[in-house]
Amino acid sequence: MNTNAHTEKQPLLEVRELGKAYRRYQNEFMRVASWFSAVPPQEETWILRDINFDVAQGEAVGIVGQNGAGKSTLLKMITGTLRPSEGYIRTHGRVAAILELGMGFNGELTGRQNVLHSAGLMGFTHAQISAAMDDIEAFAEVGEYFDKPMRVYSSGMQMRVAFSVATAFRPDILIVDEALSVGDAYFQHKSFDRIREFQRQGTSLLIVSHDKAAIQSLCDRAILLEQGRVLQDGQPQDIMDYYNAIIAQKENAQVEVTPLASGQIQTRSGTGEATVTQISLHAINGNPLEVVDVGQEVELRIDIAIHADLPELVVGYKLKDRVGQEIFGTNTWHTHQVERELTAGEVLNYRMRFKANLGPGSYSVSTSLHSSDTHLTNNYQWVDHALVFQMVNMEKDFFLGSSWVMPTIECERQAATRLAPNESN
Amino acid sequence: MLESLKGAWRYRQFIATSIRHELVTRFARSRIGGAWMIIHPLSMVLIYALILSAVLSAKLPGIESQYAYAIYLTAGMLGWSLFSDILNRCLGVFIENANLMKKLVFPKIALPVIITGSCLINNIALFAVILVVFAVLGHFTPATLLWVPVLTGITVLLALGLGLMLGILNVFIRDIGQLMPIIMQFLFWFTPVVYPAEIVPESLQTVLAFNPLFHLVGAYHSVLAYGQAPSLLALVGLTLLGGGLVIMSAVLFRKASPEMVDAL
Repeated sequence: MNTNAHTEKQPLLEVRELGKAYRRYQNEFMRVASWFSAVPPQEETWILRDINFDVAQGEAVGIVGQNGAGKSTLLKMITGTLRPSEGYIRTHGRVAAILELGMGFNGELTGRQNVLHSAGLMGFTHAQISAAMDDIEAFAEVGEYFDKPMRVYSSGMQMRVAFSVATAFRPDILIVDEALSVGDAYFQHKSFDRIREFQRQGTSLLIVSHDKAAIQSLCDRAILLEQGRVLQDGQPQDIMDYYNAIIAQKENAQVEVTPLASGQIQTRSGTGEATVTQISLHAINGNPLEVVDVGQEVELRIDIAIHADLPELVVGYKLKDRVGQEIFGTNTWHTHQVERELTAGEVLNYRMRFKANLGPGSYSVSTSLHSSDTHLTNNYQWVDHALVFQMVNMEKDFFLGSSWVMPTIECERQAATRLAPNESN
Repeated sequence: MLESLKGAWRYRQFIATSIRHELVTRFARSRIGGAWMIIHPLSMVLIYALILSAVLSAKLPGIESQYAYAIYLTAGMLGWSLFSDILNRCLGVFIENANLMKKLVFPKIALPVIITGSCLINNIALFAVILVVFAVLGHFTPATLLWVPVLTGITVLLALGLGLMLGILNVFIRDIGQLMPIIMQFLFWFTPVVYPAEIVPESLQTVLAFNPLFHLVGAYHSVLAYGQAPSLLALVGLTLLGGGLVIMSAVLFRKASPEMVDAL
């Protein structure tokens, strides 16, 4: 039954056996000759190969991968600026890309003129653009600057106009490449909202970003590219954990993936020179906990075994909510409690106490053992979903969100002052 | 071919604003703005008409005016400048718009259309100025003026055909961009623009006849300087050549386009 729902919706984007190669010829005259007859290239470099995926209507897919993994090449082929060397891409509807905002803007022209030009470059007619002009102007919120030459704009104002025109017409497929971090916080929220609104109306999103939070909050699915191939395709949370692990991966380190009973996927990585042997959550009186009341004081116990002589050890943990958003994280480097000169066979028992001022829902704990301030240098062990617990609200008043930041609320009421009748005339 | 023409029509808004912006930005922040568009060609024509005629006051056979040489030269320049403007801009069109082509999808035919449009506007301004100057000099050939649009069309065809072909190859073989200014210099001097065709020795005349621009500029001379109808044979030949070049560059573009953005 589940598959039925999928086949009913025709995918907006189909990518099949897609590959892109750059061909090098002995010299460029040979290349020109190859257009008219069969001249073999001297060398072929494959940037992408065997890429297969579908994107359904209204689906948001994140594309992640290290630099050089082929993300941009893939997006350019979907946009249509690059031609595939093999395979094909089938799209239904209009594809719009926010690859580089402000493309073709001219400093001598006003915002309005640039909008007209830029929308023309997207293939819209004068009538269509004129109809949308008021909305574009309103969304950009640059005030009277809209009719001033763009060279007097701040870069933030340019970005506002650029984003407004790029998203003035709802596309069927929207490609966003890192561009979302435009302008100030207020405009970022506004642009996120617009993209979400598009998605509600049926636009499919393809988002390339290194920003974990953006991928996890916007995307239903993520695709991990590594050296021009699809390494994983799945839940954003799992993919981001895995991605995190391969960034941390060093020589002779291993990345291990185990499905958990909850349906989530646990990612472990690291050299294994130090490992977490046990992790548990306890009440202050020592009783183990699985369900925690909002505001309850708890103790996180982490037992660590050292398997090799290590110059230093930093222990970190991170709380993540149901969708993988980071709620809180710290480590003993930041708290100035780095353990030094450890020998193989030692055991360390950490007791971390904190007040669980979290909103109701399911949370997971990830642990990391490493040297210095991040797990990117000397990653001994990284475990996602090392522990999962439930937060429930047993005695507090109802509240929303993942943090409990209860205010005391005061209100002062002042009696209405009546105007004297002779003054009101 | 038909598909790409349809594409150009769909992107007419982009083409129109591109041409307008080119003009606007050229004269932006200058006090008299668009008037420069007239002043530049006017000063050029005046230099030829007054100074050169005073120095080289030789009369040309077939033109009554004492400014004969200036009139002859200006007529030839009208054709040559249109040809060389379009050709030079086509040569670099893909390289200059590399960023646009890498980031956005649009019918590439829009680019040469924009070039043609903006070069035509310049040429028409020059033509208007020339007519006024000719009238002031007492030289007026109303009967043959209708030929000018025909000649303009043929010039555009030739320049686009050759320019685009070289422009496509220039993306891959950048030496072409360096070589072409030199070739254009040779071509200029192998075309009777600043000298009358009659002073070329008989033996060389046959060689010059292989230069298509010899016939094109010759037609401009006939129409504007001598007030005669151009040689129909030459016009038909040039039109066929221009059309052939345009078709060849369209074929070349189709072959090259999958790799074009890779090389930019």
